[in-house]
Amino acid sequence: MTAVERVAESFRRMDDVKAGKDGLNCVLWSDRDASLEAARERDARVAAGPLAGVPYMVKDNFATLGLPTTCGSHILRGYVSPYAATCVSRLDAAGGVLVGKTNCDEFAMGSSNEYSAYGPAKNPIDPSRVPGGSSGGSAAAVASGIVRIALGSETGGSVRQPAAFCGVVGVKPTYGRVSRFGLVAFASSLDHVAMFGREVDDAALALEIVAGRDPLDSTSVDVPVPAVRAERGRTKDLTGLVIGRPREYFPEHLDPRIAALCDRALERLASRGAEVRAVSLPHTALAIPVYYIVAPAEASSNLARFDGVRYGLRLEGEGLRAMYEATRSGGFGPEVTRRILLGTYVLSAGYYDAYYKRAQEVRSLIAADFRAAFAAGVHALFTPTTPTPAFKFGAKADPYEMYMNDIFTATANLAGVPAMSVPVGRVDGLPVGGQIIANHLDEPAMFRVAYAVEDALGAEAHA
Amino acid sequence: MSAATHEFEMVVGLEVHVQLKTRTKAFCSCSAGYGAPPNENTCPVCLALPGTLPVLNEQAVRLALRAASALGCTLNERSVFARKNYFYPDLPKGFQISQYDKPLAERGKLEIWGANGGTQAIGITRVHLEEDSGKSVHDRYPGVTAIDLNRAGVPLIEIVSEPDLRSPFEAGEYLRELKLLLEYVDVSDANMEEGSLRVDANVSARRRGERTLGTKTEVKNMNSISGVQQALDIEYRRQCAVLAAGGRVEQQTMLWDAAKQEVRPARSKEGSHDYRYFPEPDLLPLVIPKEFLDATRSQMRELPRAKRARFKGDYGIDDSAPGVSDSGRGASDAELLTATRERAHYFEAVVQAQKHGDPKAAANWMITELLAWANANGARVSDSKVTPALLAQLTDLVHEGALSHTAAKKVFAVLSASGGDPRAIAEREGLIQERDAGALARWVDEVLAENPAEAARYLGGEAKLQGVLVGLVMKKSKGRADPKQVNQLLSGRVSRGGG
Repeated sequence: MTAVERVAESFRRMDDVKAGKDGLNCVLWSDRDASLEAARERDARVAAGPLAGVPYMVKDNFATLGLPTTCGSHILRGYVSPYAATCVSRLDAAGGVLVGKTNCDEFAMGSSNEYSAYGPAKNPIDPSRVPGGSSGGSAAAVASGIVRIALGSETGGSVRQPAAFCGVVGVKPTYGRVSRFGLVAFASSLDHVAMFGREVDDAALALEIVAGRDPLDSTSVDVPVPAVRAERGRTKDLTGLVIGRPREYFPEHLDPRIAALCDRALERLASRGAEVRAVSLPHTALAIPVYYIVAPAEASSNLARFDGVRYGLRLEGEGLRAMYEATRSGGFGPEVTRRILLGTYVLSAGYYDAYYKRAQEVRSLIAADFRAAFAAGVHALFTPTTPTPAFKFGAKADPYEMYMNDIFTATANLAGVPAMSVPVGRVDGLPVGGQIIANHLDEPAMFRVAYAVEDALGAEAHA
Repeated sequence: MSAATHEFEMVVGLEVHVQLKTRTKAFCSCSAGYGAPPNENTCPVCLALPGTLPVLNEQAVRLALRAASALGCTLNERSVFARKNYFYPDLPKGFQISQYDKPLAERGKLEIWGANGGTQAIGITRVHLEEDSGKSVHDRYPGVTAIDLNRAGVPLIEIVSEPDLRSPFEAGEYLRELKLLLEYVDVSDANMEEGSLRVDANVSARRRGERTLGTKTEVKNMNSISGVQQALDIEYRRQCAVLAAGGRVEQQTMLWDAAKQEVRPARSKEGSHDYRYFPEPDLLPLVIPKEFLDATRSQMRELPRAKRARFKGDYGIDDSAPGVSDSGRGASDAELLTATRERAHYFEAVVQAQKHGDPKAAANWMITELLAWANANGARVSDSKVTPALLAQLTDLVHEGALSHTAAKKVFAVLSASGGDPRAIAEREGLIQERDAGALARWVDEVLAENPAEAARYLGGEAKLQGVLVGLVMKKSKGRADPKQVNQLLSGRVSRGGG
């Protein structure tokens, strides 16, 4: 198939599944003509590239040329970036064609998509339920067959959780593995470029393309990009592979059906020769409190630039201070406002040591838990991705309850270790994700397990 | 001095912001140049467009380390960038990238002339790297403020002194010496008028003999060294008056108004800002390899103070304490010759080129002729057509007696205007001193013959007439006669009992 045919097919699918506002609402911005034009350019290329003609989407918090970059926020309505994010440029250079910007919680703050200023995306499996968040639009676009590959971003689980909710694959690489240049910052030390794939291989391909040192991001690591797709051929015999089952991720109150699906996956791995070992990550329970100090603190500073002075929304007031107040209180939604206030508070003189500094200390304990587990010979950890399947719209009215959704995912953001979610079955017809966590920069081990689970479960992963 | 100022001592610490002389900005590749049309030197990074990230300019680190090393600071192998959060339209990110609890360098000192004439070491608390903000222009368009972000992101160092300064004089000396040092190590233009060196002063007053510090105010908005000195004096007197009346000084930010010669409280309570500092997560801690720190220290150029000491030791150039008067201070010859690296280099080049080593002559010519010329023309000494080699030849001609000082000044004027060869000019202008005994004797004879009355009185013992007669001989010779020899000849006539 030519790029033009693939892109046209992608847009047809968008129409079929009602990807727009009147339907799934997973795609905020797209431009069929511009995408077809790009596809024609790809078809004319001599060297096709690994993504030749493949349509992809990115979350609305990646800077792209042409389409708006609004971060699901009113404050950036109509804003078009004059430059493109490094990962977007790399997908294009590999032959990919951007076909749309996906819906998300405002500035990636949320776990259900209900905080998008443009209305929530819906879960294609059950549109009365949330697709997860914050990258729910990307998950829904992949799950509904519009694209095989989509980028999302993660700060506390914003790709793995919607991947689990929508029954697709979601990968959060090691911190620093992929350049953040062009990803609109939420919490810099926790933000990751992450990717969705319909299958493990799609996400692996996307990772191989976007990973690697970028001089424009000082925190991007200068190490070779691993050939993670090579792991696909190493799944039949898992002898010597040690998989940890951390008890803290299987608490007593966990839905037993979810635990059972995870254990089924573990049994399949064991039947191929892997050793499944009980392990403990004792500081896991502290992840959410730590996360909700560090992330809002950094967000309160990162979002200061949306001040009505240079771009985006400006609401006038009497004088400078009034303009700031009108613009920011009119432009930001409730969850963003809540986190800015929280972050401002924890960084304030007299509170910094008690909150931010203490949280960073605890954060290092969480990272040490992972180090200890991997140092003891474990190659990867296997856990549920989320404590529940996709919930109904409006089900989590209390912010704290919403925050607890990230309980199994936020740890990997805090520690910077790679983690991904793969489908492991369904509960009441709703997808359930199993999470694989590996050591720093050991994406190959993580993908080996992911390919093995996918291969061993086959159609059961989606049943 | 009023009664109040007798009672209280001034205590001052200075915070100096210095723009580093880098080609590009601190965190992006935009030009850091001065004078471009508004907002021309900007890019997505320094405009803080969504999604952009800072990347540290290595040259800024090099320059900052060099400056800190020149100030004798301990250079930290590991320092951490921090965000200083506040809202202002010319601060695009809503925070300034600076350094907070782990600065680049700490604990240095700068030696200055104290008011008592001796040297005094002023402690340097810290030197840290940060970025500049843009400029808000309030007077360009009526009713609105214009923003120019060319300066946003230009690298700065902030140099914080200990509260070791005790007078406007010392503050002035500190700033002069600091400026000189920064120019010497070539890290900044350090120009207060252009804003590449900016000064904020922390001022307090305390009862003389008291050890603890009084409540300070921060004085801002000075744009010259004399402005700093005036502002300090006025603010100190204000505080003394408050204290003498039994009041308490309020901690606040004060603004200096040079036009009105007054210090008044800033409108916004800047002191009450909570900047919510936290480590900048987009930049890794700045770790500088030990070898690089060692190299920075060992490659340090000779600093002004050391150069002055060497000029005194090697060349006998005067470096006594400056005379202080109400109108300012004088400067020693050594200070004048080392005021810029370029001047010092010129001086040493002259000495090097002299056949007859005469550093004092080189110094005198530079100070009286060359610096006067440079000041009058707003030029540097190296801009002069009188190169070090030519000045050396000129001083050699004087040293050899071929030129009188007066004649040499004429040659200098020609050289200064159009260059050339000093001896050739002197010969062409007939300025070479006539030292042939026969010729000189003839001129003496003629003068005595043409002025019989004076000749008789002189030869009769009226020695004071010798000056008049020498003058006449010089006139006759059109200045070419060697006055020393003419004097000897005339004296000889008297001792021989007349001709």
